[in-house]
Amino acid sequence: MSLKNKLKKITISHLFFPIMCLLIVLVVNVIKTPNFFEISINNGVLYGYVIDVINRGSELVILALGMTLVTAASKGQDISVGATMAVAAAVCCQILSGGEASVTGFQNSLLLAMLTALVVAAACGALNGFLVAKMHIQPMVATLILYTAGRGIAQLVTKGQITYIRVDSYKILGGYIPGCPVPTPIFVAIAAAVIIALLFKFTTLGLYIESVGINSNASRLVGLNSTKIIFIVYVICGVLAGIAGLVNSSRIYSADANNIGLNLEMDAILAVALGGNLLSGGKFNLAGSIIGAYTIQALSTTLYAMDVKADQLPVYKAVVVIIIVTLQSEVFRSFIKNLRTKNTGHGGSALNKEVQ
Amino acid sequence: MSDKLQPKVSQKKTLSSTTFLLLITIGLFIVMYVAGMILLADKGFSKPQMFCNLLIDNAGLIVISLGLTIVMITGGIDISVGSVTALVCMASAYSMEKSGASVYMALALSLGIGLAFGIVQGFLVSYLKIQPFIVTLAGMFFGRGMTAIISTEMISIKNTTFLSWAQFKISLPIGTVNKKGIFQAAYIYPTVIVALLALVVVFMMLRYTKFGRSLYAIGGNDQSAMMMGLNVKRTKFVAYIISGFLAGLGGFLFCLNTGAGFVEQAKGLEMDAISASVIGGTMLSGGVGNPIGTLFGVMIKGTINSLITTQGTLSSWWVRIAVAALLCFFIVLQSIIGSKGKKRKKS
Repeated sequence: MSLKNKLKKITISHLFFPIMCLLIVLVVNVIKTPNFFEISINNGVLYGYVIDVINRGSELVILALGMTLVTAASKGQDISVGATMAVAAAVCCQILSGGEASVTGFQNSLLLAMLTALVVAAACGALNGFLVAKMHIQPMVATLILYTAGRGIAQLVTKGQITYIRVDSYKILGGYIPGCPVPTPIFVAIAAAVIIALLFKFTTLGLYIESVGINSNASRLVGLNSTKIIFIVYVICGVLAGIAGLVNSSRIYSADANNIGLNLEMDAILAVALGGNLLSGGKFNLAGSIIGAYTIQALSTTLYAMDVKADQLPVYKAVVVIIIVTLQSEVFRSFIKNLRTKNTGHGGSALNKEVQ
Repeated sequence: MSDKLQPKVSQKKTLSSTTFLLLITIGLFIVMYVAGMILLADKGFSKPQMFCNLLIDNAGLIVISLGLTIVMITGGIDISVGSVTALVCMASAYSMEKSGASVYMALALSLGIGLAFGIVQGFLVSYLKIQPFIVTLAGMFFGRGMTAIISTEMISIKNTTFLSWAQFKISLPIGTVNKKGIFQAAYIYPTVIVALLALVVVFMMLRYTKFGRSLYAIGGNDQSAMMMGLNVKRTKFVAYIISGFLAGLGGFLFCLNTGAGFVEQAKGLEMDAISASVIGGTMLSGGVGNPIGTLFGVMIKGTINSLITTQGTLSSWWVRIAVAALLCFFIVLQSIIGSKGKKRKKS
């Protein structure tokens, strides 16, 4: 009985579902590629499938953090994060290159460029936040504007060309710090997660976000400024998207307005759903989203290793999404519950009646 | 007496706000087109053929947007239509070129694909109550991926019947006289006629059938629609099936226009269709929408596109920015009109 109780406790835990998903993907990986967990050191840096997954998944983790908050507070998703990434990268590279298509030295200071890029990203978030919080437009629709315009703006900034920054110190953010074997994006992702976690630990923002997401009218009546909280959340999401854009741009030491963060918004939403968060808002779980993001990255890496072409990847992702959302749906859950109570016979149904 | 009057007044109010949105859209289109005719007269913008080209280029998009309008009236959304178009083009191209199927079979296949997407997505949305955005997001992934699984290379269609359909010119009584004094009639392709027929059918359905009216009722408030005895689930289900069917048909028209299938085809078409519906006055919160507005939404987008390409010096990304700015304007306008209506109701 106690074992059964323990099992029940584990299965109803918020993290059970995302961790199970990750485990399934990992087990499939180990069967398919036995050397999956091998880590070696080449040229002073770590190599291996696992490192690759964690490294490549960094941007997705950063985006998923912002997406979780947006989902929780506004009951909708921000589909403009990919475009915001492109805008941030374009602004940063354009300032660094001073308008040239390819440079081997900085024309302006790196700090200035990155800060400006983040400010622009925050402005993108603020636009979304204004439309959602103040104008009461559905999040997906409000962010559709920037989704449509974002890459156009990014191309406007870079004048339609791909701006290359061939400077070693620019490659650090997406590559390696000299002398450190661990890829830098991992640190960036950890830092972002820790800062957000600390923010929620020492302020009441996290609680407010959940409260606004569960019932924004009731929250307003008890004295919370719902509009302000939703606005702040969108700005945070924008800044995080900006950081992800900078990391991605540093990886390829250029600003490719058409390809940076392409379809990444969809992956970020998927990560939030995989993490056991309800896409209809309310309570959220950041750890779940982070695990979800790595699961998606692991899935992508696995499929690549199995010789699935990049273009064909979406089919598998679609199947995963449908399975997850079906499992999450209330109708399906109550259907399963009914099956169970039927199986246990009279006792179950009596209990059910009592509850009602 | 006063009790009887009140509902009438409120009905009039909602009608006027939607008509207002529709009038703005039509007015904007006319202003834009006339401005184009005056400013770019030397580049042939004032020729009737230019207008026909607008219809020819956007025939597929008109049909797809109509389906989307129906779904959006119920308060849902369907972002899989772009991928369905790509899949339909690829499947038609592959079946005709590699498997030797006839055009009729390809057409049936296209409509079948559209219906299949509609049925699966509609079931998940209406009966399992999963958010439409997520369901159709998965549909979008699936469609695009399946296109790549069929073939990652571009297949151009050389089927003679298909090409004769695609290039069958229907001359119109209007036209221009060229420099040599020979009358050149403006022409359209059959795709335009199919698109306009679809528009008429959808318009009649939404306005005069019980099903069409219940779509509006459900979009306005599905709780009260249910209490009135409407079958909310089934109506939503059918709405998605119609949208899927129209996406399949629109995809085939799109294919007739491009004559090829490839993975990257129709990328972002779903957003074009959504923004066309929104610009045409369809409310994203559901309950309001007009297929005529959607037609003009598509035409406005098309006009922006041809204005910028005819003008020649502006880069292509300005299309995106201009469309987004328009979209922003209309969404904010809707929001203002919507909140005004709410305030009035409260007071």
